[in-house]
Amino acid sequence: MSISVNALFFAAYRDLVGTGEIAVELSPGATVGDLVQALRARGAPFDGLPEQPAVAVNRTYAFLDEPLAADDEVAFIPPVAGG
Amino acid sequence: MIEAEVTTDVIDPTEVLSRVGDDAHGAALLFVGVVRDHADGRPVTGMRYDAYVEMAQPELARIADEAAARLGTDALVVVHRTGELDIGEVSVAIAASSPHRAESFDATRYVIEEIKKRVPIWKKEHYADGRDGWVAGVVPPGTGLSASGGAP
Repeated sequence: MSISVNALFFAAYRDLVGTGEIAVELSPGATVGDLVQALRARGAPFDGLPEQPAVAVNRTYAFLDEPLAADDEVAFIPPVAGG
Repeated sequence: MIEAEVTTDVIDPTEVLSRVGDDAHGAALLFVGVVRDHADGRPVTGMRYDAYVEMAQPELARIADEAAARLGTDALVVVHRTGELDIGEVSVAIAASSPHRAESFDATRYVIEEIKKRVPIWKKEHYADGRDGWVAGVVPPGTGLSASGGAP
């Protein structure tokens, strides 16, 4: 049994990985940090993502130890520069 | 009246200002952010704003609500644009009005500073030499290792 979450990439991260969205299968109980590790373990270009990126889970900023549930939306947020 | 928008439409600052104001308000203030033609001495020809719109919109609304609650104004409008902008185009407009000037100055300042800290919007500068580059930003609060583990 695994859960699927949606990883979103914006701006510099989107340029890096070449896509805005991918589905990732994780073990139940996985955290945001586990998702980051799973992606980076895929090798290039995903290993170019930071080990400790800023993320938002379901559109709210979150820490890397936050547990994930099926169908969560996890956005990788490069340093922001609005205004 | 508190309003927050992320839009791809051209921003008309006068229209944004016209949405605030009240017979009981003696001050109305408008902040306008504009795309400039240089960055660190390098000529810039335009700018692309990208946003995580589904999150940027509510985050912008939250900031406007905070400004209203903390700084004592009930008339505040903020509009942020995304997409390709030319030099001189308006990227953000913030209007506030209040019975006295201090609240409007404080509220507009609060909103622009918080936008820069935490709204998921990014900009890519287009340089005169044909290259482009993402503008260095800031890591928003509330992310990183853990609530007790500090920032990344």
